[in-house]
Amino acid sequence: MAAAVAFLVMAAACGSSSGGTVATDVGITSDQILLGNTIAQTGPAAAYGTIANAENAYFTYINNKGGINGRKIKFMILDDGYNPAQTVPLTKQLVEQNQVFAMFSGLGTQTQTSVRDYLNAQKVPQLFVATGATTFGLDYSSHSYTTGWQPPYQGESRIYAKDILDNHKDAKLGVLYQNDDYGQDYLKGLKDGLGSSASMIVDSESYDVTATSVASQLAKIKAAGADTVFIFATPAFTIKALATITAIGWSPHEYVNSVSSIATYMKLAEKAGAKVDGSISVGYIKDPTDPQWANDSGMQLYKTVIANCSTCDANNGFNIYGVAVAYTMVDVLKQAGSNLTRANIIKIASSQLNEQNPFLLPGVTVTTTSSDHFPIMQEQVLQWTGDAWHLQGSLVNERGTIK
Amino acid sequence: MTEFAQQVISGLASGGIYASLALALVLIYNAMGLVNFAQGEMAMLATFLAYTLIGRGMSYWIALPITIVVAFAGGLLIQRVIIRPVERAPVLTLVIVTLGLATLVNGLAGFLYGYIPRDFPSPFSVRTIDILGAAASYRDLGVIAVSAVVLVLIYLLLQRTTIGLAMRAAAHHPEASRLLGVRVSWMLALGWGLASAAGAVSGIMVAPILLLEPNMMQSVIIYAFAAAVLGGIESPLGAVIGGLIVGVTVNLAGAYVPGVGGDLQLAVAFLIIIAVLVVRPNGLLGRRAARRA
Amino acid sequence: MSRLAKWPPRYWLVVLVVLIFFGLPTQVTSFQSLEWAEVLIFAIVILGLNLLVGYSGQISLGHGAFMAIGAYTTAILVHRYNLNYLATIPIAGLLTGLVGFLLGIPALRLSPLYLALATFALAVITPSLIKRPVGLTQGTDGIEILPQQPPDWASSAFTSVTGGPPMSSDQWLYYVVFFIAVILFWIAWNIVRRRPGRALMAIRDGEVAAAAFGVNIAGYKTLAFGLSAFYAGVAGSLYALATGFVHPDEFPVSLSLGLLVGAVIGGLGSIPGPLLGGIFTFWLPILSGQFVGGQSWIPDQVAAVFKNAGPAVTYGALLILIMIFAPNGVVGLILSAYGRLRSRLRGAGERTTGQLPPDPQTV
Repeated sequence: MAAAVAFLVMAAACGSSSGGTVATDVGITSDQILLGNTIAQTGPAAAYGTIANAENAYFTYINNKGGINGRKIKFMILDDGYNPAQTVPLTKQLVEQNQVFAMFSGLGTQTQTSVRDYLNAQKVPQLFVATGATTFGLDYSSHSYTTGWQPPYQGESRIYAKDILDNHKDAKLGVLYQNDDYGQDYLKGLKDGLGSSASMIVDSESYDVTATSVASQLAKIKAAGADTVFIFATPAFTIKALATITAIGWSPHEYVNSVSSIATYMKLAEKAGAKVDGSISVGYIKDPTDPQWANDSGMQLYKTVIANCSTCDANNGFNIYGVAVAYTMVDVLKQAGSNLTRANIIKIASSQLNEQNPFLLPGVTVTTTSSDHFPIMQEQVLQWTGDAWHLQGSLVNERGTIK
Repeated sequence: MTEFAQQVISGLASGGIYASLALALVLIYNAMGLVNFAQGEMAMLATFLAYTLIGRGMSYWIALPITIVVAFAGGLLIQRVIIRPVERAPVLTLVIVTLGLATLVNGLAGFLYGYIPRDFPSPFSVRTIDILGAAASYRDLGVIAVSAVVLVLIYLLLQRTTIGLAMRAAAHHPEASRLLGVRVSWMLALGWGLASAAGAVSGIMVAPILLLEPNMMQSVIIYAFAAAVLGGIESPLGAVIGGLIVGVTVNLAGAYVPGVGGDLQLAVAFLIIIAVLVVRPNGLLGRRAARRA
Repeated sequence: MSRLAKWPPRYWLVVLVVLIFFGLPTQVTSFQSLEWAEVLIFAIVILGLNLLVGYSGQISLGHGAFMAIGAYTTAILVHRYNLNYLATIPIAGLLTGLVGFLLGIPALRLSPLYLALATFALAVITPSLIKRPVGLTQGTDGIEILPQQPPDWASSAFTSVTGGPPMSSDQWLYYVVFFIAVILFWIAWNIVRRRPGRALMAIRDGEVAAAAFGVNIAGYKTLAFGLSAFYAGVAGSLYALATGFVHPDEFPVSLSLGLLVGAVIGGLGSIPGPLLGGIFTFWLPILSGQFVGGQSWIPDQVAAVFKNAGPAVTYGALLILIMIFAPNGVVGLILSAYGRLRSRLRGAGERTTGQLPPDPQTV
């Protein structure tokens, strides 16, 4: 019987996709908008789990101010342990049982890939997935109900390539990368960005997440004659790599990927003995620990918002990421106005965004058009000096380079 | 040549980590013929205790002995409360109980401290010295040195004291020991206490290198298994030698054996375990066939 | 009819359980059918694990690795060679069974402790082993399997019963899993109460005595490994179909441990135990996280903490408590309670231990 009900609701959902000015859909009631999320809150990637809590903090903040046109956002967070075999049933639960309006900010490349076909077949928006895998912005034509948010990993490493070609033409490059799609995406972007100069890479070595040490890889890269090293690794491995580089008596020019370049982690690396002065990274979000934003209105808003989450550390860069992406989500819902259908929401998110986000670096816009579905494509080079990241040069726009 | 030397030195540094945990495994094996699957997790939890004490402003050199004593008491308590009821049960039951303990302790640490990696102070500096053109940090050398000290202490305890004699007797000939007035069950508890204390030292030494978080020891325990098995699971000296060999082998295989590469290093440890068990189950320094097993 | 009249009550209980599971998808949602399909998949692999651990006395902490072989066999055959998914299920089972049989040969040389160690290490390295042969497994990209649509006869039969919408792919998959589970439980039941089962239990309870009675110890032990792996391979194949996506990270060491927990909790050395174990292994993490998180009266911080630690702490504590207080698992508890009740009804004189399954403490 319940199956019949689910079907009727689903049928209603499909029927109402092109609505007039006042339209709603599954998961929308007169006073509530129900969003769903799967993220790792246990297991190897549990450190990311706080992102969803930070997102919820922003929704709480909005709800306390009266919600969106009188509707409050209810956000259901389920823990998939970074395991696609969990993501699939949990996502089906959210869609079929809890009847969410849309999935928002699901975390992980493989986990979100595992439910992408299903969500697109059901025409449930898979909004702003928390991964920089290129496919989520690039494959719009086959998966029009899916959209990414953060800059793609490949775009970021293209910026590094540009920095190398502009400023360090004679460098010998070594790469340490995680042996999965995340690490490989970064490596590909670097090679593509270097183009005909890709032979500047003298060695690239991978590690597995089960590794206790990356010393062997780094010794090889050092021995291959590299004077510049790219660390395309998650936070814990990045810290280990930075400390190991110092411990093997090496001082190359270091590039740290933005997933791991959060100031808290750089300071951890320093405490672990690493010499990280002069390291390069890129950023697009304001760093909560950076004193230059102390009087910034966006940062002050962030501090107000994050107080709604009792388990969140305000200095953790993952949390401002969560608040920033939740800001975009709320922005999309506001833009939709009274036409709160799944079809309208995904249309706005994937091709009509043009947002100034107070939590992103000045000048970064969140933009999508009918021909470009990568919301954030501007990043700025950062250099670690003293005890903080410092913005270098101006924003680099990578829009249109990834095809 | 320089790279080769660097690979060996880095391997020895990792090996020191594996050896220090393997020593704890060997202690429990000597006490009751069991491999404690929870050894790494217990070491991790003890390290969190030290972390909390230091975080409260306590000096490192006061927190260290306190943690070791508490870990000793904790090991003793664990043996009395959850191992003793199944002490004479088949090894299968004991393995399942220690697996349960490992899961429980890991969950508990996640519950208490979360999953964000934390830095942990080290008494050794990260300055490096030059050995054959390769760099070795004092911190890495310190782990090896501390393992050696723990090894000597264990050796002295087991071979040169009455308690050590009683422990070995209780493990090898429980019935005869009982007749001679040895309190066998308490000897087992003592073994657990000592192993837990040795594990705490291991955790405190490796946390500055591996970063402290609940899953810190999850791969290390596999390498430590390999180290203990390779050395001969009853032999403390074997555990240290085994640890160093495993560390170096894994590094060299990753660097020079085609098809292994950096990402299959743990598989090399697995192969070492299998090869030793099938070819020479007593390991390098093991003397007799494993009894209980 | 007269034969049926002589059936002991537990046979009727089995019929009842089978009927309930048969009718389940007509009463619950499509999504809930998927959940119960996964319960049955876990029950199948736990049943196989139980044949190995509970009956032959050999331990495996690496059954997740066998599931991975089955899952990848199906995924590769369906995705790359367009084989019919139903045909891949027995292939996955047989291939995994063969691997298990071959691994069973070196396992003979290992003591139980070392076997535990080696299989645990295998469970830990499984994901990185899968990632390596990218050409075969597609590495960390994973392999997608499209949902399997039900055949018309099944869909129309289903609709005529429910009067509702057509059968969903998840509901169809449930029935595939259900029928395979029934067959595999029936096979396991026949094995354990006939000669092979008695031989295995004799080996478990004392190899020397078993050898004296002419039992081929090496043969039966490797056979148990192969059979257990066959069950895990079939379950892995079904797991791939149910998930629709296979990826190395779906086979972490915690999967292998969860399976062991299921086997222990249901009851080692019992055939109905794995069904209870499957229910437990599937539902515990979901309930402990979501139920607590969904209660508004529980403070956020407590709920968050419980979500983080709940499953692991509960798993660990239950493993220890059950091994100490109820080594025969839930089935053992039920049987001893039933036995006690019966003996009370019939008078205190009767011994009831004959009803108990063999005590794993004697393994």
